[in-house]
Amino acid sequence: MSTKLKAADIVIVGLGWTGGILAKELADTGLSIVVLERGKPRDTNPDFMYPNVHDELKYAQRHELMQDVSRETLTFRNNSNQTALPMRQLGSFLPGEGVGGAGVHWNGVTWRWLPWDHEPEKITLARYGKSAIPEGMQLQDWGVSYDELEPYYDKFEYLCGIAGKAGNLNGNKIDGGNVFEGSRKREYPNPPMIQSYAGALFEKAVRTLGYHPFPGPSANMSQPYINPDGVAFGACHYCGYCERFGCEVNAKASAHFTVIPLAAAKKNVEIRTDSRVMKVNLDDAKKRAESVTYLDAAGREFEQPGGLVIMAAYALGNVHLMLLSRIGKPYDPATGTGVVGRNYAYQINTGANVFFDEKTWLNPFMGAGALSMNIDDFNTGSFDHLKEGFIGGGGISTPSAGGRPIGFRPVPPGTPAWGTDWKRAVVRHYNHTLAINNQGSVMGYRQNYLDLDPTYRDSYGRPLMRMTFDFQQNEQKQANFIADVCVKIGQAMGGERVVRRGAPQRYSIVPYQSTHNTGGAVMGTDPTKSALNPFSQTWDVSNVFVTGACSFPQNAGKNPTGPVGALALRTADSIKRYLKNPGPLAPA
Amino acid sequence: MIVALVDTLIPKDDVGPGGVEVGVPIFIDHELAGAYGRGVRMFLNGPFGEGTPQQGYQLPLPPADLYRVGIADLNAWCAKTRDGKTFDQLSMADRTAALKALEAGQAEFTQIPSRTFFSILLQNTMEGYFADPIYGGNRNKAVWTMIGFPGAIGMYGDLIEQYRNKQYVIAPKSIQDLS
Repeated sequence: MSTKLKAADIVIVGLGWTGGILAKELADTGLSIVVLERGKPRDTNPDFMYPNVHDELKYAQRHELMQDVSRETLTFRNNSNQTALPMRQLGSFLPGEGVGGAGVHWNGVTWRWLPWDHEPEKITLARYGKSAIPEGMQLQDWGVSYDELEPYYDKFEYLCGIAGKAGNLNGNKIDGGNVFEGSRKREYPNPPMIQSYAGALFEKAVRTLGYHPFPGPSANMSQPYINPDGVAFGACHYCGYCERFGCEVNAKASAHFTVIPLAAAKKNVEIRTDSRVMKVNLDDAKKRAESVTYLDAAGREFEQPGGLVIMAAYALGNVHLMLLSRIGKPYDPATGTGVVGRNYAYQINTGANVFFDEKTWLNPFMGAGALSMNIDDFNTGSFDHLKEGFIGGGGISTPSAGGRPIGFRPVPPGTPAWGTDWKRAVVRHYNHTLAINNQGSVMGYRQNYLDLDPTYRDSYGRPLMRMTFDFQQNEQKQANFIADVCVKIGQAMGGERVVRRGAPQRYSIVPYQSTHNTGGAVMGTDPTKSALNPFSQTWDVSNVFVTGACSFPQNAGKNPTGPVGALALRTADSIKRYLKNPGPLAPA
Repeated sequence: MIVALVDTLIPKDDVGPGGVEVGVPIFIDHELAGAYGRGVRMFLNGPFGEGTPQQGYQLPLPPADLYRVGIADLNAWCAKTRDGKTFDQLSMADRTAALKALEAGQAEFTQIPSRTFFSILLQNTMEGYFADPIYGGNRNKAVWTMIGFPGAIGMYGDLIEQYRNKQYVIAPKSIQDLS
């Protein structure tokens, strides 16, 4: 039995980075906004206070801040010949739950994706021709170029107080910044963070190899900061408890203390936590969303009517909600038709572990989530990747994100996993080992997709979403090629032993890899290949907009929060235009 | 039984403290008795299929039940292959050999794969050994002292540059020490 509530002008599903940004930006319109968040209210005080938040077991191992899969999960298989089975516990990726979403427990690495990442099809065709694109790869452009997104990247960086160094300022290449980045109009709002010894070793080594090192763009504050909205940030303590934790001093940009309180302070914005959206209800013609059905903390069902619905859940959650609500045609890999679930992608990680002698002290516990030195010499579009036999690339970095010992206790291969010899190796290597990581791009493929599972249901009786995904040869080639570069860097660093981490044969949902799931509701200019138009509006139901990494047609060799934030800010402007003249913002 | 298992995985030796002396069995008992042991954040709806290694854990058992079944299987297998003795009655050398067989998936368990039980046992043992002492393991922060991890402190803004390539020695602090 559903209780019908008073209509709102705008209903936002999910209150993380994108829901927070949209609520804050659209609050200025004076329209009534209801935000529905499935999780709990959370704030820095009391939820992330020192010293309790420095608890590796609770947050990193038991996933205190993340999605509770006993309620909602998905099923997984590597290919459509297998039967998908549920993800019964978190592993490969860690979606958030609660106010602030996954943006509470992120590391803070905030890139602008490279120009190539926004227009890979156009650039590949111009550079190599159609024959370069392997069978089954569905390379496609966003319909929004890097240059069009630049003002929004800038706005998100200033909102977050990103620490970094420009490498391309108005077309002028600057040594010490990322010379491969797209042109930016101004510097980062904060200077780069202080590098660790690991970062210093990396920088020196890659310079001797002729590459172009630069400090990672970081949402961990290199100094106290006040953003353009007047929100104050503390300086980072380099405590090493970033990813999977909240920050006790608001030194890691997060929606929960920036955009969300600003939105919540407005009379026309109402935030309802413990409000789990079940589906979006359409009119009989399936052309217009009329309301959203959700359950409150007590399990009571409500229908919230709204003039406009914004899906701002995690990437996977948005696609699930579209499938359940029958917004857009579901993708069918057999025919290649349909759009919802199409081009789901992930990332492929390889690299090298570098073991040093006992005189080299790395102090791995001194660090911050986004503290890193990087090169983009082998990232997407930076080099002649087709010569090496693949499309794409990856970012190479040495992170200094912390040395919490349940998760970080490197030992060389051949060491037993327990017993005295294991213990001796842990003591020997804990303070003398670093990692060089490749974060490799993954393109969209015909056979990698999301749909509804025919068998399994969540605790609310809804079909689970089914993920069908595996790494393809193109990505394995890329990741192995870059792993070799990582080994070369490790050797140039002077490591006593450098251990290559090559590409996995198959994707596994078990070990943690990254919370960088993309695609499934991608944007683009062709309604037969994209679920959203270039303004993040669904092609079929013009009063539904969708935010987040689900709209990226392929995954890049970079963390996605930068473009997620930038795109949300752009979507706010698109929605403001829509509100003046409701209807499709792009011709179908 | 848990004491015998932990003592075999992390023995007391000249390198550093053993798992038992720092309280890892107490840690495991507490974890299994609580929300984690009951699998309150696991998806345990059926149907249950075996799946591939890439699909992950697919048993209907939350951790506490997995231990009960695993220990019963382990003792039955030990009794069958080692003169009627349960695991805790074996010599250290025999226990070590038995756990190596589990780790390799070569122990013939009747109810669950031996490697699945070994895997959660090893994970929880390591968690208890390295976690903050508030959870009952890593007593006196002895394990953090052994590897040189300062614990919950985390104030390195003024130190990270100064201690490049230098050993940083400090007595580790736990959450309770700082509360």
